[in-house]
Amino acid sequence: MNNAPKRDAYDVAVIGAGPAGLAAAATAAKAGLTVLLLDENAGPGGQVWRAITSTPLADRTQLGQDFWSGEDLVRDLRESGAEVIHRATVWSLDAALEIGVSVGGGSAFVSARRVILATGALERPFPIPGWTLPGVMTAGAAQTLLKSSGLVPDEPTVIAGQGPLLWLLSAQILRLGGRIDRILDTTERKNILGALPHAPAFATSPYFRKGLALMREVRAKVKVVSGVTALEARGEGTLSSVTYRVGAREETLPASLLLLHQGVVPNVNLAMAAGVAHAWDEVQLAWLPVLGKDGATSVEGIAVAGDGAGIGGAEAAALRGRLAALAAIEALAPAALATLPSVAGVRAALVRAERGRPFLDLLFRPSRPFRIPADDTTVCRCEEITARDIREAVAIGATGPNQLKAYRRTGMGPCQGRLCGLTVTELMAEARGKTPQEIGYYRLRAPVKPIALAELAALPKSKADTEAVVRG
Amino acid sequence: MTILADAIVIGGGIHGCSTALHLCRAGLKPVLIEKDYAGRHASGVNAGGVRQLARHVAEIPLSIRSMDLWERIGDLVDDECGFESHGQVLVAEDDGELAACAERVADLQGRGFTHEELIDGAELRRLVPAVAETCPGGVVSRRDGAAQPARTVAAFRRKAEQLGATIREGEPAGHVRREDGLWRVDVGADTYAAPVLVNAAGAWAGRIAESLGEPVPVETVAPMLMITSKVPHFIDPVVILRGRKLSFKQFGNGTVLIGGGHLAVPDQDRGTTILDWRRLAESARTVFELFPVMREAQILRAWAGIEARMKDDLPVLGPSARHPGLYHQFGFSLHGFQLGPAAGAVMAELIVEGGTQTRIGALGIERFRS
Repeated sequence: MNNAPKRDAYDVAVIGAGPAGLAAAATAAKAGLTVLLLDENAGPGGQVWRAITSTPLADRTQLGQDFWSGEDLVRDLRESGAEVIHRATVWSLDAALEIGVSVGGGSAFVSARRVILATGALERPFPIPGWTLPGVMTAGAAQTLLKSSGLVPDEPTVIAGQGPLLWLLSAQILRLGGRIDRILDTTERKNILGALPHAPAFATSPYFRKGLALMREVRAKVKVVSGVTALEARGEGTLSSVTYRVGAREETLPASLLLLHQGVVPNVNLAMAAGVAHAWDEVQLAWLPVLGKDGATSVEGIAVAGDGAGIGGAEAAALRGRLAALAAIEALAPAALATLPSVAGVRAALVRAERGRPFLDLLFRPSRPFRIPADDTTVCRCEEITARDIREAVAIGATGPNQLKAYRRTGMGPCQGRLCGLTVTELMAEARGKTPQEIGYYRLRAPVKPIALAELAALPKSKADTEAVVRG
Repeated sequence: MTILADAIVIGGGIHGCSTALHLCRAGLKPVLIEKDYAGRHASGVNAGGVRQLARHVAEIPLSIRSMDLWERIGDLVDDECGFESHGQVLVAEDDGELAACAERVADLQGRGFTHEELIDGAELRRLVPAVAETCPGGVVSRRDGAAQPARTVAAFRRKAEQLGATIREGEPAGHVRREDGLWRVDVGADTYAAPVLVNAAGAWAGRIAESLGEPVPVETVAPMLMITSKVPHFIDPVVILRGRKLSFKQFGNGTVLIGGGHLAVPDQDRGTTILDWRRLAESARTVFELFPVMREAQILRAWAGIEARMKDDLPVLGPSARHPGLYHQFGFSLHGFQLGPAAGAVMAELIVEGGTQTRIGALGIERFRS
C-alpha cells in the first residue's frame, strides 16, 4: 500500500480535511500529539474549500474571498507536523476506535486514543419527478467541477431550489462566464415570517451582507422566479425540459442541465456506523449526533466536529474542530494547553459564528412536498423504489426504515441510504402519523463506503503481519 | 391489566412467529411478545439458506418436514418469501474431503434419507461452473435453496396476526412466572396470562430457561455476513465448502452473499454487534481464491445477527422437563432458519395434541439433565 499510515496507533485520528478537520488536526499536532488526518479528496479543503491548493481559477474574485480564507488553515496544518493522507477512504470505525482505511488500493487498520469525525455535510435529497434523468445533477456536483476544473455550464441551464450554496454557485458560474437561463427559487414564502424573529441576530452576522450582495449580483444577470411550489424534470432518456409551478401558473422551459439544491445535512454514515447516538432535529430536518461538551459523542473517545455535528458553516466548523482537538489535548497532554488559545475564547468565537444560523435554518427550511414526494416519484435510486411503493409497504406492515428493507430493499444499494434515507424516514413518519424520531433511520454499519473484495482479501492476517507489511 | 390468552410466545423470530401462526391455525389465540420488532435479530438477518444438506441426523426429520412447507410457503403465509429452489451444493476441495462426503451420504441412505446425493467433478462443475478445476466433487441436495429472511419473518408475523395472534413489539417480556396454574408475563403495564408458555427467545432464551430452573449450555454468537456489488450471473445453487468456513449465494439481481460462520462480537444487552474484519477478510480470501469471477467485486455491506448456539450444536425443541405448559424452541445454533416453518407446526402439535409424528426426540431439553 503506497502512502500507508506510518504507525499502527496515533493519539488522535481526524477523518476529513475540511475546515473542521484541518483545524482539529493542526491544533492537536501543534500540542505534540501524534495525529493522523485521513481525507478522501486529492487535497485539503473539504467541500467548501475544495481544490484550494490546485484549482486552475487563479483570479481570486472568481471563487470569492470566503473560498481563499481556507489558505491559513491549510498552512497551519502543513506546519503542524500532522501526518496527512489524501485519497484515503475510511470504511470502518468501531467503538474500540479502530479505523479501517483504504489508500491506493490497499487497506490497513489503525487505532487511535481519540477520533475526531469531521466528515462534513451532504446535499439533502431532492426527489422530484425526473430527478434520475441524465442532465439532472446536484448543485454540489456542479460546484465540484467548477472548483477543481474550472468547468461551467454552456448549455441551456436551470438552477432550482434554495439555500446559500445555490446563490454562491450561481454567482460563481456567472463570474466564470457560464450560462444560467433561469433560477427557480423554492423558498416557501411563509418561511420568511418564521425566520423574521431571528433576523436581528442574522443582520449582525457576516453572512448577512455577503448573502445580500450575492443575491443582488445574481439577480442582475439572471431571471429569478420565486415561490416555486412544484418541479418536474422531463425528457426521453435525457433531460429536455423543466416544468415548474408558481401559484396556479405552470410553465415549461427547455433545458439540458438542471442543477438541484435544497440545502445540506450532516453526513452521518461513519458516526452512525461507529455507534454514535443521533437524534432528529426538527429545525434542520436531519439526524444530528447527540453531543456533549466540545463535540463529545455517546461513544467514549469519538468526537464530531464541523457540519457533521449540525450545519453551521465553514467558520463555525473550524472552531468546532479546534474545540474537539482542545478536548483531546486536555485528556491526553494537558500540559500543552498552556501554550494554546483558551478554550473559553474559542467557545465564545463559536457562539458569534453561529449567530446567524437559526435565521438561515428557518428561512431555507425545504418545503414538505419537496421532502416527501408524491406517489410516482422515485425515492430510492439504487433499487428504483417510488414513494408509492413505500406507502404500500407501510400499509401492509413495514414500520420503519429497517423493516422496509425486507419489503423494498431501500437503503441496501451502493449509496447506503445517502440518497434516500431522509426521504424514507420522513415519508414513513407521515404515512404512519409518527415523528421521524419515532420512525428512526437505517441501521448503518461498516463498510460505510464499498471496499474491493480483492482489497479485503489482501488485508494482512494479524496485527503482527500488519506491522511486518507496514514497516517492510 | 391482566390479559388472558391461550398461549404466550416469547420471541418474534421465525420460530416464535411460526409457532404463533400454527397455534392460530389450530384454533388458539396466542400472544407473541418481542422486545424489538419481529425479525430484528438472527431470523431477519441470516443468510436465508433453506438447507437440508449437511445437517445433523437428529434434526433431519424436522428439516425434511420443513422443506415440504417451504415448497408451498405461499399457501402458508400468503407470500412467496423470496424462496427459490436451485439446490445447495457442498464442495469437496480434495479427495480426502470427497471420501468423507461419500461416507456421509452412504450413512444417510442406510438410515433411509435420500435427499443428499454424492456428485463427481463433472456434475459439480455443471452445477457450479465457476468452481476451481481441482475440486473433485461433493454433495448436492437438489430441493434446497434460499429465501429472503426479513421478508419471510415479516410474512409469518403478518399471517399470524391476521389469524388472530396478538403481536406485542417494542417492549421486553418481564417477570416470567407460573401462578395459580397459569404462566404470567409482564409487558409494560400489562400482564399476560396463559396455560402455555413458549420460550422462543433466541439468544435471550437461555436466560429465560435458566430463570425457570432449566439451565442449558448455550452461548450467544453473531455470525457475520457480507454482500457484494452486482457481478454477472455465474451461479444458481447455494454453495458451501466442506473444509473451510464459507457459504456463498448469488441473488437474481447479481449481488453475492458471502457467509460461513465467522463470528462478530455480540453485545447482548444492547442488541448490537462489532464486526471482526480480520475474519471477514478470511472469507474474502477464500472467495478470491476459489471464484476468480468475484475478484473485481466490491463489498457493499456487512452485518451480523445475534443468536444462541448450543454446546452440542443442536436446538432445544419440545416440552420443559420441569414445568407443565412450558415449551422450549431455541438454540438453533446458526442453522435454524430453514427449520422455522416445521418447528412451529411441531410445537403447535405438541401443545394442542400432546404429541407429534415428527421425530424430534433427540432435541429435548432433558438431554442436558445430569
